[in-house]
Amino acid sequence: MKLSSPMAIWKYLPGTNCGDCGEKTCLAFASLLKERKKHVKECTPLFTDEKYLDKGKQLVELLAPEIREVSIGVGARARKIGGEDVMHRHELTFFNRTALAYDVWDTMDADALRDRVTKITNWQKFYVGDFLTVDAIAIRSVSGDADTFAACVKAVAEETDLPLVLCSFDATVLEAGLKEVADKNPLLYAAEKTNWKEVLRLARSYNVPVTLFSPDLDMLNSLAATFSAAGVEDIVLDPGTYPTGKGLADTFSKLVQLRRAGIVDGNKSVTYPLMTVPLTAWLVYGDENAVDASYWEAILATMSIIKYADITISHSIEPHSLIAERTLVENVYTDPRRPVSVEPGLREIGTPTADSPLFLTTNFALTYYTVESDLSSNKIDSYLMVADTEGIGVEAAVAGGQLNADTIKETLDSCEAEKKLKYKTLVLPGLAARLSGETEDATGWNMLVGPRDSGRIPGWMDDNWPPKTVSE
Amino acid sequence: MEKKLTLSDLAKIFEEYDIVEFEDVKITGDIELEFWAPQGVALPPALAQALHSALGMHPMPRVPEEAGIAELLPATFEVAKTEWTGHIEEVTIGATASDGGTREQTVTIGGEQSMPFYNFDAQMPHAPVIAVDCFDMPIPLAKAVRGFYEDVMEDPGEWAKKNVQKFGADMVTIHLISTDPTIKDTPAREAAKTVEDVLQAVKVPIVIGGSGNPDKDPAVLEAAAEVAEGERCLIASANLNMDYERIAQAAQKYGHVILSWTQLDINAQKTLNRYLFKMGVPREDIVIDPTTAALGYGIDYAFTNIERMRISALKGDTDLAFPISCGITNAWGAREAWMKDSPIKEDSDWGPAAYRGPIYEILTGLTLGLAGGDLFMMMHPEAAAAVKNVTQMLFGAEGEIDTAKKIEMHDWISWAGGAVTR
Repeated sequence: MKLSSPMAIWKYLPGTNCGDCGEKTCLAFASLLKERKKHVKECTPLFTDEKYLDKGKQLVELLAPEIREVSIGVGARARKIGGEDVMHRHELTFFNRTALAYDVWDTMDADALRDRVTKITNWQKFYVGDFLTVDAIAIRSVSGDADTFAACVKAVAEETDLPLVLCSFDATVLEAGLKEVADKNPLLYAAEKTNWKEVLRLARSYNVPVTLFSPDLDMLNSLAATFSAAGVEDIVLDPGTYPTGKGLADTFSKLVQLRRAGIVDGNKSVTYPLMTVPLTAWLVYGDENAVDASYWEAILATMSIIKYADITISHSIEPHSLIAERTLVENVYTDPRRPVSVEPGLREIGTPTADSPLFLTTNFALTYYTVESDLSSNKIDSYLMVADTEGIGVEAAVAGGQLNADTIKETLDSCEAEKKLKYKTLVLPGLAARLSGETEDATGWNMLVGPRDSGRIPGWMDDNWPPKTVSE
Repeated sequence: MEKKLTLSDLAKIFEEYDIVEFEDVKITGDIELEFWAPQGVALPPALAQALHSALGMHPMPRVPEEAGIAELLPATFEVAKTEWTGHIEEVTIGATASDGGTREQTVTIGGEQSMPFYNFDAQMPHAPVIAVDCFDMPIPLAKAVRGFYEDVMEDPGEWAKKNVQKFGADMVTIHLISTDPTIKDTPAREAAKTVEDVLQAVKVPIVIGGSGNPDKDPAVLEAAAEVAEGERCLIASANLNMDYERIAQAAQKYGHVILSWTQLDINAQKTLNRYLFKMGVPREDIVIDPTTAALGYGIDYAFTNIERMRISALKGDTDLAFPISCGITNAWGAREAWMKDSPIKEDSDWGPAAYRGPIYEILTGLTLGLAGGDLFMMMHPEAAAAVKNVTQMLFGAEGEIDTAKKIEMHDWISWAGGAVTR
């Protein structure tokens, strides 16, 4: 955004402190606009009262993110990409997480195609309170034949509600595919220096987002300026992904420089989302080295996710690839302003009784949510006692001294755990096993050492609960 | 804010799309459409298309086809360089005979004047280096790693040798974990013998790590520093919750580099470093470890913590201007790295754990490398090799590294592979 402070934003607001937006003052609203936690449209007078309309219009423009936000797909799984305002996540946050697209191709037989599309569409992994999924399907024209491509696109669209990326450098092939899914807002891939006129025509006539490809950044800049002048603004830029050696360093440098030119220098013609294609790793390693290829592809994806790609196209849909790549996206795009820690204290999981176990964990948010979801997903009625470790995880807190016999004793006392429980027994995290003896001495409670990972608690319960030696 | 779509809105849309009449369109019942209009009242194209689709119409070209633009608009891509006032300290680990040690080579890290691998701002002077871990006793390891070390676990010297000869480690870290009173309580003097064995077994620079027990480590690391006198090892580590002075003094007295370790806390890192300055530890004898958290388990904190430290240092904060060491082996703490199946029943299949472990270690390593890591302590040989490879490439290393098959970037679309599914 072009305004650097809440005060600068405030100047465009009515200044009446009317409260329509839910904030007490216009300045408070301005602060939240600066942090992108509220939307300018929530200021009703700015868009309904004659005398503010001009300011409202200006403000919308000034607050627009530096990198254009582009939508792909339709419906519940449509994705916005781009919309970024900063070079480093701690400066504010990154907003629209990198969309991970995985490929299918038009020479696959029908069953294999359906199976792969279904796998990509339905893949999910539980993480910190929710399920992670992937974002898009890229359809490659391997045959080079328009009808074959169209048939493939049609078949894919019937099986998935994910956004689609249609991939060919042949505008005839692209259009054949596009006709099948023109109402689904697919992303076109790609216009380049030889086919740009035809692809520009497609992007305009069908009003769909389009990728521009050129490893030559002058050419890329030129393509973007041309498309923009022709009224096409839903643009994605692909500077090319070279998978190894100096070409890789070159790709890295282009990604950083494009984003820097967009955000820092304000070069209007490159303020668009960026794409990379980690799939190029497979051209080097080949199918016969699938594991190595998938690792190298994940390396290219890592570089892309961290350094400014807003959408990537990859090939491996093996669980190790999806889990690692999608988790990294989640981590990089997590808002760093969210608290590191949760409130210490005693939590009830399910409907615990006096016979239920009491587990100890730390108030590091990630640790807490992991343990909490392991217990609740496995329906273990229990108490979970959260120690204040200053937001540090178990292993590090034991090493750093934030979790020790004294802090455990304090936590036990302050939440009056003994009043709720039949067994004066505390289950320590396996990673805190070394505290067992001294904590028994300090508290007079019986310590049971739990598994090193809370995912193992269900099996552990079978062997260890109720406790064999109890001090009731 | 929600906006109700009225019929006149709908009419406007049709006008905009040059739609003048309907054929075979039947609208029955009440239509109430609500949508979020973030950029103004114009209907987003995606929604407009969805609407067309819902109404059963073929999408219509928005702009009538025309001759259009005949030539590309000329443009030259330009971008400003970022120049920083600060620079990262350059630190050499290991000493050869000419410097009073017995190492055959040394390792130098740091010296950056730009963000990692931003060679277009200023060439990175040294590529990151990899230290492969070994321990002074057999330890429980994830199945995917165990196979590589099973034959050497009883002998730290052999273990260290394997790390260098077989796995190409730039350095070796010997973790003296058996000294922990709750593990074996190995006496400091005995642990020092293990360090001597390792120094005998390999000729690369070494890192000497304690058990992490804050009461025992000062004595253990002091004894280790003494037997390694003159070798310029990296002593891991000094921490605010222990007698760091004793460790730092020992490192100074016997000619080593000290690892200054804090836990995801910039201010604590500045504080500890200042304490070390006050003790007279020279700047070129300090490496920092701001703490590594695994992919999925806090890597975002570790990443941002390191990135912020590196940016502060480049902006001129000399308290933080040191090479950064990262304990990438921590990636194995992620359950996804080693657990057979997901404990969450609704998850898609996790596949073989053997493939997950290395990828977790690789991604954790590269991620922190992109934040500012200079030295990676790692465990899985293939993960170590992969991180070495990619960081060498990004660094711009000459020679051997660029031997991969040459490809054309745009060929990926028509790549006919992918038929084989493992």
